[in-house]
Amino acid sequence: MAKGFVCIQVERCKGCGFCVEFCPTRVLALSSAFNSKGYHPPHVVNGEKCSGCDLCGIYCPDFAIFGWKARASEGAAHAG
Amino acid sequence: MTAVVETPVINPVEPFLRMDRMPHIWCPGCGIGTTVNCFARALIESKADPEKLAVVSGIGCTGRVAGYLHVDSFHTTHGRAIPFATGLKLANPSLQVVVYSGDGDLFAIGGNHLIHAARRNIDLKVICVNNFIYAMTGGQTAPTTPEPATTTTAPYGSYEPAFNLPYLTESAGATYVARWTTYHVRQLTRSIVEMLQKKGFCLIEVLSPCPTLYQRRNRLGDALETMKYYKERSKTRHGAPTSEVGLTMQGDIVVGKFVDRDRPDYLESMRRRLAEQLGDKFAGVGVLA
Repeated sequence: MAKGFVCIQVERCKGCGFCVEFCPTRVLALSSAFNSKGYHPPHVVNGEKCSGCDLCGIYCPDFAIFGWKARASEGAAHAG
Repeated sequence: MTAVVETPVINPVEPFLRMDRMPHIWCPGCGIGTTVNCFARALIESKADPEKLAVVSGIGCTGRVAGYLHVDSFHTTHGRAIPFATGLKLANPSLQVVVYSGDGDLFAIGGNHLIHAARRNIDLKVICVNNFIYAMTGGQTAPTTPEPATTTTAPYGSYEPAFNLPYLTESAGATYVARWTTYHVRQLTRSIVEMLQKKGFCLIEVLSPCPTLYQRRNRLGDALETMKYYKERSKTRHGAPTSEVGLTMQGDIVVGKFVDRDRPDYLESMRRRLAEQLGDKFAGVGVLA
């Protein structure tokens, strides 16, 4: 059961990889897909490990990702 | 039981940004976006009134910050962010004036303005993003370029000693001096919150990667590798003597809060002096009716 979630706005991403590298629970990986500008945005690979710490959001230079903590009732319904 | 998931529809920093101007012009991996992110989060954390905040930028990559922040912002001429900000502060002392600019703008072209603002202790909050180079004009040697980095104007490597920004600012009289890197996001955010509550001339130096010009030309890898270098080689030493915190190329980085002291600021000194000299005739200076 995930304690938090991330929201990725793929089109804003420039593929720097900061969120992937500095995620403390290794939730993210760079995807092999492209966005319309030709960058590889991150995608969620370990959604259940996300703690919602929002460190990805604070590192992102392009404001393309953010995380938030789940409230007690909503964890099970939205894992990943 | 199906729980309803309330997804926050927007990024928490979006209310502080002009989203119609995104995507910004900064290169992939440039750290300036991260510092803006920290600044916006510091504004959320400090519950600062955006109506009472003005951001002044000079010219350069970091100079673009004023255009992307959704607060009263001012994009000024090259090196003159501090004089414009000084005027703003003196005309309306109730404003919180933040100067957000790069090393080339604040310490090279505007170097003299900066040391005099620090000497007078004008209540300005300066965030200096240091990427070791004049990035927007093509990567020329700046006063912060460490030896022996290669730049477009130093193809055989720079041979000038670089400025030690915290040392310079402390000597000139600043009340708050700190240094962080774009790796230290939480510490940087906390430091900005602390600086916004401080009175007097404050400076935070933020080291940032410039993957397109500095790192690429010096074969230091991409921005991510620079971030890993910041992570490995940074040592937090609060209160370290600023004379010992100079930077070398790819050497250790001393980060932390170096100076936190109190001195009467410019407006306070002016009011005290004039009240002493003029007595009852003194009507008050810099107080908006």
